Order: sequence, then C-alpha cells, then structure tokens
Amino acid sequence: MSDTVVDEAVPGAASAAAFIEVDGVEKVFDVRRKAGFLRRTRHEVRAVDSLSFTVARGEMVGYIGPNGAGKSTTIKMLTGILTPSAGRLRVAGIDPSRQRARLAHRMGVVFGQRTTLWWDLPLIDSYRLMRRMYRIPDGRYAENLARCVELLELGDLLEVPVRQLSLGQRMRGDIAAALLHDPEVLYLDEPTIGLDVVSKVKVRAFLRDLNKERGTTVLLTTHDLTDIEQLCRRVMVIDHGRLVYDGELDGLHDLGGGERTLVVDLERELPPLDVEFARVVRVEGARQWLAFPAGQSAAPLVARIAERYPLADLSVREPDIESVIARMYARDASVAP
Amino acid sequence: MGQVRLYAAVAAGGFRRYATYRGATFAGVFTNTVFGLIIACTYIALWDERPHLGGYDQAQALTFVWVGQAMFSVMMLGVPSGFEAELAERIRSGDIGVDLYRPCDLQAWWLAQDLGRAVFQLLGRGVVPMAVGALVFRLALPTEPWRWLAFLFSVLLGLLVSFGLRYLVALSAFWLLDASGVAQMYGITATFFCGMLLPLNVFPGAFGDVARALPWSALLQVPADVLMGTAGGRGVLGSYLFQAAWAAAILGVGRLLQTVATRRVVVQGG
Amino acid sequence: MADPIGQVRAGARAFRMISGMWIRSTLTYRASFAMTTVGNFALTGLEFVGILLMFSQVDRLGGYSLPEIAFLYGTAGAAFGLADLFAGSLGRLGTRVRDGTLDAFLVRPAPVLAQVAADRFALRRLGRVVQGLAVLGWSLLALDVAWTPVKVLLVPVLLISGGAIFSAVFMAGAAFQIVAQDAAEVQNAATFGGNAMLQYPPTVFGDNLLRGVTFVLPLAFVNWLPALYILDRPYPLDLPRSLAFAPPLVAAACLAAAGLAWRAALRAYRSTGS
Repeated sequence: MSDTVVDEAVPGAASAAAFIEVDGVEKVFDVRRKAGFLRRTRHEVRAVDSLSFTVARGEMVGYIGPNGAGKSTTIKMLTGILTPSAGRLRVAGIDPSRQRARLAHRMGVVFGQRTTLWWDLPLIDSYRLMRRMYRIPDGRYAENLARCVELLELGDLLEVPVRQLSLGQRMRGDIAAALLHDPEVLYLDEPTIGLDVVSKVKVRAFLRDLNKERGTTVLLTTHDLTDIEQLCRRVMVIDHGRLVYDGELDGLHDLGGGERTLVVDLERELPPLDVEFARVVRVEGARQWLAFPAGQSAAPLVARIAERYPLADLSVREPDIESVIARMYARDASVAP
Repeated sequence: MGQVRLYAAVAAGGFRRYATYRGATFAGVFTNTVFGLIIACTYIALWDERPHLGGYDQAQALTFVWVGQAMFSVMMLGVPSGFEAELAERIRSGDIGVDLYRPCDLQAWWLAQDLGRAVFQLLGRGVVPMAVGALVFRLALPTEPWRWLAFLFSVLLGLLVSFGLRYLVALSAFWLLDASGVAQMYGITATFFCGMLLPLNVFPGAFGDVARALPWSALLQVPADVLMGTAGGRGVLGSYLFQAAWAAAILGVGRLLQTVATRRVVVQGG
Repeated sequence: MADPIGQVRAGARAFRMISGMWIRSTLTYRASFAMTTVGNFALTGLEFVGILLMFSQVDRLGGYSLPEIAFLYGTAGAAFGLADLFAGSLGRLGTRVRDGTLDAFLVRPAPVLAQVAADRFALRRLGRVVQGLAVLGWSLLALDVAWTPVKVLLVPVLLISGGAIFSAVFMAGAAFQIVAQDAAEVQNAATFGGNAMLQYPPTVFGDNLLRGVTFVLPLAFVNWLPALYILDRPYPLDLPRSLAFAPPLVAAACLAAAGLAWRAALRAYRSTGS
C-alpha cells in the first residue's frame, strides 16, 4: 500500500459515469449504555442503513439531514476513516478504507469544526508541509497556492500563526490546505458553520468557482440551506441513516406538507374524531392520529378535543425531516428579495 | 450561606466530573497498584539490608509505599493533571477576564472544584491500592478509628497545600502564557520532595532536614506519619500546625499574585 | 503491505516531517520549552539521586553493588528513553481518539502509525536517553567486569532491542486505546512501571512477578537477561544463559504482534462526533 503505486483505475470505465459509488452500504455501531453502576447493556445502532447513490465526476452535491442522521458517518466512510459494516463503496474505483493512502492523493477533506492546520505556526508552514507530504511538484504548488491566496484572500494571513486567525480566516485557510494537491473530489463537513456573513460569501464563491472552472467534484454537508441553495443543483437528504430524498433542490418543495401529528389516547374506542383544522390519519383501538398544520399551536386543538371527547393521554410528534427542510426552504425563499 | 451552597455545588461538580471517567479510574488504580508492588519489593530489599532505616521498621516502610500510591492522584504527586491546565488555558486565551466578573472568588472557586476532585480520587483511586497493599504485605495500619480520622484531617490540610502550590503553577501562565513547563518542573520537585521516591526521613543529614521542612512534606510524609503514629516529637497537633502554616502562607501568596495579575488584565481591558 | 520496505521508508519520511513541525511549534513557547527540557533531564536525574540516597544508607541492594545497579538503571533508562522518544506518542493516542482529531491523520497519504508516533513529538524526551546513557557510561567505568567481545557487542544490541520491546508495548497500548480511550494508564503501568522495575535487580522481586515479565509480558528481555550475562550474575527461575542473546528475536516478535493488533484496531476505529 505504498503511496507511489501507479493508478490502475481505468478512466472512463468507473470514473466518468459514477465517480462515487455507494451501493447498499451499512454502518452498524455497537453501543454500550450504562445500566447501573457496573452493568452495561449492549445494543446495535445503525448509523447508516442500506445507503445507495452515485455521484458523477464534476457534480456538486449537498448532503443534508438532522444531527445524528448519518451524514458524518457517510463522509467518514467515503474518506476511508471508517470501514463500512456491509455494502460496496468506491471512490474513483478505489475502496477507501483499504487503500487509504492511495485515495488520499486524490481527495481533499475539510472538517468544519476542527482545523488540521498547525496551531502555533504561521499558516504558510502548514502549506509547506502539505507540499512535502503530498509530493506536490513545485510549479503546481506555486500555482495552486497563488490561486487560493487570491480567491480566498489569504495574502496577509500567510505569516500569521494559525491560533491568531479568526474562525472565518481559519476556515479559508483549511480549504486552501485541502486543495493544494489538486484533489479530484472535495468533501466539506459544515464548511460555513460559525462563519460571519462575509466569510460565508467568500467561501461559497470560491467553491462555485472551483467546481465550475476546475471540475472538482464536491460533496458538502451543511446546516445552512443557503449553502445548498447557492451551490448545489442536487440535494441528498438522509434521516435515521436512510436516504429519504435524492434529487433537484426544487423537488424538496413538494415533499411533505409540513404537518405535525397529535396522538390522542381516548378512554374508549370511538369513530374518527371530528375537529376543526385537523384530520384523522389513523385509528388503532382507542388511539387516534391527527395531522394538523405545523405552524399552528397544539393547545387550542387539545382544548377542543378535551372539551368534547373523553381524553386519557396525548403526545405531539414533530414532522419528518423532509417536511422540515421543505418548510425551511419555503420560508427562506419567501423572505428573500 | 448562599456562598457556601455555591462552593458546595462547585465541589460536587468537580467530584462528578472525575467520576465520569470510569475507565481512567480503573486504569489508574491498576497503575498505582503495579507501581506499589514494584516499590514495595525494592523497599523490602532496602529494609532487609538496614532494618529500622529512617526510624521505620519494614512494615512501616511498606505502609508508607501504599499510602504514597493512595495519595498519588489525590495530592497530585507527579506532574499535575488537574485544574491547572484548564485555568492556565483560560488565562492564555483571555477567558479569565470573564471569570473575574463572576460574583464569586476565583481562588475559592477552583479550590472547591479541586477538593471535589480529591474526594473522588480518595475514594476511587486511594482505597483499592491501599487494600491490595494490606492484603499482599504486612502493613503497620492503626486499628484505632481516631488515628484514621486524624489521618483524614491531615490529608485535608495537605490538600490545601497541594492546591495552593498548583494554583501558583497555573497563575504562571499570566507571565509565561504556557504553564506546561512550570507544571512539569513542579511535578519533578513534588515527586522528589514529597517522599515518593524515598521517605524523607531516610534522607541523610542537613539535606534531610531541609527536605522535611519544605511544603511538599505536607503532602505525603506528614499525613503518613500521622497515620502510623511516627510523627515523633512533633505529634499530631504539631503536624497539623506545620501543614496549616504552609497552607496559609502559600494560599496567601496565591491571592497576592492573583491580585497583581488580574490588575494587569483589567488594565489591558480583559 | 505488498511493499514493506516502501512502507517503512514512507513512515520514516512522515515521522521526520511531522516531528519537525512539532519541534518548531514547541519552540514558539521558548520559556516553556527551556523549562520542560531542563525539567526532563532533572526528573530522570532525580530518580537516580533516589538510588544514590539509598546507597548512602546501604552498600548492597538485593545483593547488587551500586555500579551494577547503575548498569541496570542506565540500560533500562536508555532503552525506555529511546522508545519514549520515537513511540511514546503512541501511548498518548487516547486523547486524539476521544476528541476525534485522529480522523485528520487517516485522510493523509502517509502511514497512520508513523503520523501518530510523531504526533506531539517533544525533543525534551531526549533527556531520558541522555541521562540513561550517562549513568550507563559511569557504570561501565566503575564496574569490575571481565569484558569479552561478545559482552561488548551485547550492550548496543541490548539498547536497541530493549527500545524495540518498549516500543511494541507503546504500539499495543495505542491499539488498545483506539478501542478503550481511557486506557493510557494501563499501558503506563507496563512502560513507566516496567522501566522502574528493570532499574533494580531481579533478586529484589518475587518469582511470580519474574515469571510474568519473562513469559507473559517479556520485559525481562529488555535488559535483565543480557545484563545479568554481562555482569556474570546467576539467572532467575533457572533460565538458560543463552537467553542473553534472545532479545532481538523477542523484540521482532513483539513488534509483529503489536503491528497486527494496530491494524485490527484501526479497522475497528469508530470515530467520535456526529
């Protein structure tokens, strides 16, 4: 597994059509929970469950979902940090966890909340290390560094110790560090988290240019839907380890009505309740599920039901992730000029 | 009254924080036990050669070994790994400016937290090595309950000294930015002059007299002697006085340095 | 692993690059660097002062004279110091696993083991090596030994294979910490504790402990077995004297076993964080 092995992947065969191939990939963690002073119970957590998708060379894809949905786990499998429990995974025809060092030359990774730069040393020192570690030829290094410095406005920062940089400056520094070796694919985990507005704009402009001008494949996770809106035509939504949406950003609009669910337990079995602003979607014995608009408070609804029916217990369920995202997107779009 | 409750809560927090690292506690107990076994073997050889060395018989020498292992993390007898790094980091980053506006005393706040930690480590890391030592070797442990209580009080006084010294280590970050070098120097001095390498009463001549008068002897040598009734002419009360005097002096220096340092911070604008 | 030599070369290269960065990083805090460097010399020095203090009260310990114990102390200290210098950071991997920063090492085109070994590289750890060698040098002058070419050759062999055995323990500790992040102290018992034990003659310890460090965790091969041969001292547990020449083989076996454990642990790595 030397890093000087010649690349045998046939260009075109696997790479042009599907640069990233994920087929039925699973990642199962064994979790131990405290159950008393010394006792632990073991159970399995499926962080990623039968995940399948492909990304073509040169695509720019947004990868979103709530915390703990499996976004980072997916990225960590694609970069070779984690070994999948099952399924097939290839990036540029390479199995990431088996040929980590070989893949490393062809990909760049930016971890949003952790810098990989040398904390106490000037920024430029980290770049010099990258040049040596990735064996970047002098000419290409100079060219790439110049381009990053110009577009990410790093000129005044190169001689500044990283610990003195602001969060936004450091993120720009990290992105440059990930690109000096001309990776074919760039993974970004929350690249704009915690950044000020100006830095966000710079980072987005840079990524758009990178993808357009150099054809770098980009996969980014984010909480900020503006990132997706401005950068990605294609969005993948993951929830509970499963891919729940993969398609154009516009399509997210049509998904999910943005409804919450009120689950009521009645004292006896009754026909479907008849309440304003809510409709019964399911009945199971004395339990009924009522959908109502997410923007509306549950309190008056509960009051009305309690007034008219023998209520024993109730709970409110939040809407599914896709409808949350759809609603958030719809709201942002309506506010935007 | 409200203040007391506040510091009690801080101490409880310190306790809980260390209690969560269950794995580290087990591992630490294991290490202390292994080191105890190794040192005990060398002391047996040493006291075989010279019975009554330093006024201890062999059982007392072995007791000293296991008290040392039990106190190792409680008193931070090696390179300290408690609150110092965190406080030093707050000083380096300037977050200390925020702390100064809190309605509680900086030194008392960290002391409360450190005492909480020490109580946990006394229970979590002190008891087991001591018990193993008592099972494997014949120790000179007292049977009178009051001696154990006297020992615990001596440990408390020793903790004040230990905290006071380590607080000075952390404060050095005001001037040096990075306190890890000072912390290491401190660890070396503490290891040697607390009696961890060799009981201080074995140290020969005037060197021994100086070593026994330094504050580090309040961390291990004095509590061990209180426990075994080997404090000599000083007695239990004299031992307490020795520890309390050092505690007062060092905590006082800490206060003074804190005032000087924080004035600097306030002048610099936080 | 098709190309082990290339792999080793790549590892050495990564180690050089990363340790260089760490040296420059520590030099940015000059006062602290000076103090930790001096401190490390002093710390290890004081350990030997403790032994000198013992010998201010006795002439022999476990039947061994001061120069003989100094020989044990120096060989153990130098071997352990070498391991700590080059592999000690492996033993501190737990914090990297806990805060998730090990991830960054896994996406770079260099052997992960070498990257971790060079992580937080500290020149001050040379202190232990230098101090061990100084005590060893003094003992060689003070000892009354009938030197033969074989005995002379055995000293450097001892230091290198002893360092390799300790390194293997650090490596196994690193593998263990990928699974159990808080376990650094367990491995400290074997490394720092082992070093403390090997400074004294085996006659000081009980037979069960000696069996443990000969057949289970083979620390006795670090310095005891070759050193007792050089000092013409009887072997513990009636072991054959030819074992004086076994350390290189034991070291190779330990490194191989630790290497397998490391690879298995890396595949089981779970990476914390969301």
